Amino acid sequence: MKRLINQLLALAVALATTTTFTGCGKQSGTTQADRTANALASYVAPGEKDEYYLFYSGGHSGQVFVAGIPSMRHIITIPVFAPYPATGYGFDEESKKMMGAFTWGDVHHPGLSQTKSKYDGRWLFVNDNANNRIARIDLRDFKTHQILGPIPNSMGNHGSSFITENSEYILCATRFSVPLPKGRVADPKDYEKEFNGMVSGIKVDPQTGEMSVGWQILTPPFDWDLGSTGKGPSSGWAFWSSYNTEMAHDVMEVNSSQKDRDLCAVVNWRAAEKAVADGKATMMDGVPIIDPAKVPGVLYFIPIGKSPHGMDVDPTGKWIVAGGKLQPSTTVVNFEKLQAAINAKTFEGEMRGVPIVKYDAVVEGEVPVGLGPLHTQYDGKGFAYTSMFIDSNITKWKMPPWTDEEKKDLNKVVLDKMPTHFSTGHLVVAGSDTAQPYGKWCVAMNKLSAGRHINVGPSQPESSQLIDISGEKMKMVAEAYTEPEPHFAQILKVSEIEPKEILAKADNKDPNAVWDKEATGVTRNGNKVLAKLTAIRSRFTPDRIDAQVGDELTVSVTNIEQTRDMIHGFGVLEQNVNLVMDPGETKTFHLKMTKAGVFPFYCTNFCSALHQEMQGYLVVWNAGDAPPAAGSGAPGGIAQK
Amino acid sequence: MFQKVAGLLRREFRFLHKPLNLGSRLFLLAAAITIAVSLFYPLWKLHLVAPQYSDGLDLYISSYKIEGGGFNGQHLVEINNLNHYIGMKPIQEADFLEMRWMPFVFGLIILMTLRSIVFGEMSNVVDLFAVYVYFGAFSIGSFWYRLYQYGHDLNPHAPMHIKPFTPLLIGVKQIANFREYSFPQTGAYLLCGSVVLIVLAGLWSRKEKAA
Repeated sequence: MKRLINQLLALAVALATTTTFTGCGKQSGTTQADRTANALASYVAPGEKDEYYLFYSGGHSGQVFVAGIPSMRHIITIPVFAPYPATGYGFDEESKKMMGAFTWGDVHHPGLSQTKSKYDGRWLFVNDNANNRIARIDLRDFKTHQILGPIPNSMGNHGSSFITENSEYILCATRFSVPLPKGRVADPKDYEKEFNGMVSGIKVDPQTGEMSVGWQILTPPFDWDLGSTGKGPSSGWAFWSSYNTEMAHDVMEVNSSQKDRDLCAVVNWRAAEKAVADGKATMMDGVPIIDPAKVPGVLYFIPIGKSPHGMDVDPTGKWIVAGGKLQPSTTVVNFEKLQAAINAKTFEGEMRGVPIVKYDAVVEGEVPVGLGPLHTQYDGKGFAYTSMFIDSNITKWKMPPWTDEEKKDLNKVVLDKMPTHFSTGHLVVAGSDTAQPYGKWCVAMNKLSAGRHINVGPSQPESSQLIDISGEKMKMVAEAYTEPEPHFAQILKVSEIEPKEILAKADNKDPNAVWDKEATGVTRNGNKVLAKLTAIRSRFTPDRIDAQVGDELTVSVTNIEQTRDMIHGFGVLEQNVNLVMDPGETKTFHLKMTKAGVFPFYCTNFCSALHQEMQGYLVVWNAGDAPPAAGSGAPGGIAQK
Repeated sequence: MFQKVAGLLRREFRFLHKPLNLGSRLFLLAAAITIAVSLFYPLWKLHLVAPQYSDGLDLYISSYKIEGGGFNGQHLVEINNLNHYIGMKPIQEADFLEMRWMPFVFGLIILMTLRSIVFGEMSNVVDLFAVYVYFGAFSIGSFWYRLYQYGHDLNPHAPMHIKPFTPLLIGVKQIANFREYSFPQTGAYLLCGSVVLIVLAGLWSRKEKAA
């Protein structure tokens, strides 16, 4: 108890310090030589290219941001869960259908697909904490191709997207618990009894990347936080931290922070897969559910202090580091000891039929890294880098094996601290979650920018800082700002992928795609009007569409360019229509015509010297008007079908 | 005087009837093969560079086809796309009637070369040389006329008016925002080589005795 009070005091002091930090402006102590060296290290001259992609999660913007390293320049935004007029995402029928009933999501943890525990450059998976979904971005075109969900029996898809070593599964765990199946109502006062959490295995088709819900493991209503998947010796396993082992349901800030240690999950996902194949699961809402009390060997708990946040497996797969969040240390678990303890049943109790592994039997040590440790990343050279939310720095420390002398005083393995501005949440070291990290660069994603940037009023961006970790001491090299709000990122070497820059004509399978003038036109079938247009510098063909009030209009526009960056848009005035077609792409919208009038349309994405002239008219006649003659507005007049 | 002219003619007649030695025939064989091989290579290349097209747009011209550079010959589509702004007619293979008969003429020249080997007389080489050079000059002239036509036959209703122009046949020229590089390619070099081989074939037997 005394220890807890001390910790809380320390925390209070730290919080106070953090707020005063926000008051100071400039960072002093950099010499002109440092500035020159840093500038050169992050400078990418005009015409030159970055060496790495940085895929940031966009948080509640519902998007993914792509920046380059070392320049830290934002290059493109990939819309996923939210409409993005700039690329027409969320306006055409296909992306609207993919987004479903939701117009936002909360993207937290991007995960690159892996083969043999290395990035294979195929897909980027991102989770939606808000609406329990998961999405797949294809790295061949940097576009969202699938959104799965809401995942059944699952609330708050925070603890994902963690990719298994050959992308067999994306593993997810719930941040929130609710009465299951979803739709069932119970009083939150009966939280312990009625509410449950879930670990989900989202199956990934090895060829297409198509995701489907594979199986789920029922858990007590802890709030699962973050996890990672095993590799090497820990192959086939996955790990999640948790808070609220107290199973509180109100005043969570206090009530879920009572215990010194929370139970973290150790999941044998291969055993789960096998249990389902062996018919040991029961169905709930269409998903096979494993009750870990009835299927031993699938789930174990380890107590870890305190309300831990990150639970990160190192590149060797032997060590798992939990960020203490509310205790000033990271806890290092030795997977080999963990496996031995499980085999020897070295348990200190059980929770709802799930064994709790004995803490002392599996923990290698608690490293006194500082206040508010959240996430740990690795450079593959035996060093760990932990983000300190409260201390506001990144702490570099040495991974085990430790000497006896070091074990006696683990302060000795803490090697370096790099102040960050301010309150780093996640950090990413290039390739940290693979068996062979690139190392070299670390990006700190800070939760508060607090006046570091030019004053932009009360809505403030987040700050990201690029740190060179190639030397003994960390070096802060560059700083950038993003919109809210990156939670985690992945770094991929540019040379590992070669995205296509156009959609080849042969690959456009859209049934409404047209490539020749002769195939374009407007056809009527009852009150259904179908217009097929081509777009090319600098005209739409046809450039006139006739319809009547009451018509159901479908317009498909094919950008018949096959030249990179020749993008055309199709905006219709006062109709909330905004298509953007990449070269070779066809996009479609449906519109119920409710008001008469003449509505100009135009190319929105600047394409050519005569871009401004790239325009036409949607003529909506009154229902009583004589319909325009067949073939009018050549060649876009209405041909009677 | 008459004697002198008659003497010259006789000498000329003797020259035309000189037999071709083995060396000459081998040169002719090499020339025939070179011409045949040249058909598989482009004769000419137009390379257009602008700020927006720093890698350039390429147009390859062979005796029987026009091909754009880039994926699926996309550069030709792109060049036509850009040219429509100045009212230039789209460049399309179907309009190039000469591309239908040019391979035929090359076949004829190959046949004439083989004929020279078999008949083995200097006159055959002279015929071959004369026809070949005439055909070559005609082709280059017609190519220049094509360039002239494309640059001058501009649609007056085009969005942009530019002064009619003739793209350069050989060399580098600035046309609006584009820098045009026009140079012969492997096929043309091989054809030049074949002319040299034919000349060598003639020279090689110049000291043979007339039959």
